[in-house]
Amino acid sequence: MPLLFAFFILLLFQLAGEFLMQLFAIPLPGPLAGMLLLLLVLILRKGIPPALNAASNWLISHLMLLFIPAVAGVMLSFNALKSEWLPFAAGMVIATFITQFVTAYCLNRFFKRRKRHDSN
Amino acid sequence: MTPTSLAAVWQHLNSTPLLWLCITIAIYLLAIQIYKRAHNNPLLLPVLTSVIMLVILLLLSGTPYEEYFASVKMLHFLIGPATVALAIPLYHQLPKLKLLWWPLSVSLSIGALTGLVSSALITHLFGGSAEMLLSLLPKSATMPIALAITDYTGGEPSITAVAVAITGVLGSLMSMPVFRFFGFNNPIVQGIATGVSAHAIGTARLIQSNETKGAFSALAMCIAGILTAVFMPVMLLLLKVLHWL
Repeated sequence: MPLLFAFFILLLFQLAGEFLMQLFAIPLPGPLAGMLLLLLVLILRKGIPPALNAASNWLISHLMLLFIPAVAGVMLSFNALKSEWLPFAAGMVIATFITQFVTAYCLNRFFKRRKRHDSN
Repeated sequence: MTPTSLAAVWQHLNSTPLLWLCITIAIYLLAIQIYKRAHNNPLLLPVLTSVIMLVILLLLSGTPYEEYFASVKMLHFLIGPATVALAIPLYHQLPKLKLLWWPLSVSLSIGALTGLVSSALITHLFGGSAEMLLSLLPKSATMPIALAITDYTGGEPSITAVAVAITGVLGSLMSMPVFRFFGFNNPIVQGIATGVSAHAIGTARLIQSNETKGAFSALAMCIAGILTAVFMPVMLLLLKVLHWL
């Protein structure tokens, strides 16, 4: 019973997120809005009900399984990508690397500077 | 029952979601075992090995993707509540978040902007068409945001969907080697950079090993996705001025 209730809470917040984004024509996906709403409610009530904690951990730990149906859609695009495979592949590999590196570098610089600051 | 009814049995099983649902979960469980046996070798990332095995099975059995997707829609649907559930690890990280909100907002803005600019630049340099450029722009954002953005810019949604999926897998594959090579050892740095570049797939991978990394990755995916959408009109204007579109 508590697990079902926790699952219900997750669905309810997704529904609320979906509803609010549609109502105010905000182009943010409903699940992300629902996640921010739930975070807000958790902050206000200062804690997580144990059942919600358990249900969420279970669902999150198998997030990768949930992506398999969508990622398998790659098989539809084999032909479409043949003609422009080089810019596609290059964009994928190099741009993802650059994004990852630049983001990590910025934040890492901050942590380093703070550490130096602390030790002085 | 005569042996000739085997074809009929197959046809019946194919018409219920049961068969492909079981196959998908079985493949995933197998992929997890392989991953564990290989000491979490990133090249054997469960999403990657599962999808390869699955696509081979689909091609061999002659099952169209649309038919497969219709049977496993249930799994796909659960991405919604699972995304909402990411609020829980985020809540656990709240004290750290309060201390770090300023450097986090700066690096997330820079990260989202870098994602857009680097994607446009590289695709253009390698001779990609305007349509390819538009379709690849939102590839570091999480799937629903990326598709909404492509809808707005007029790119090709199927290319965006594949690009988002491949970016997620690639970003998860290269993250640890990149962090190790450049000495980015802080778990918060690793989480944020993975979330910005490899969205939900990167988050799904991190959360299995470390809750701090996973939570910051979820946060980064959420904020960077929103920022990507916010920056998009400016980016389009810039691309038009440069005559890349």
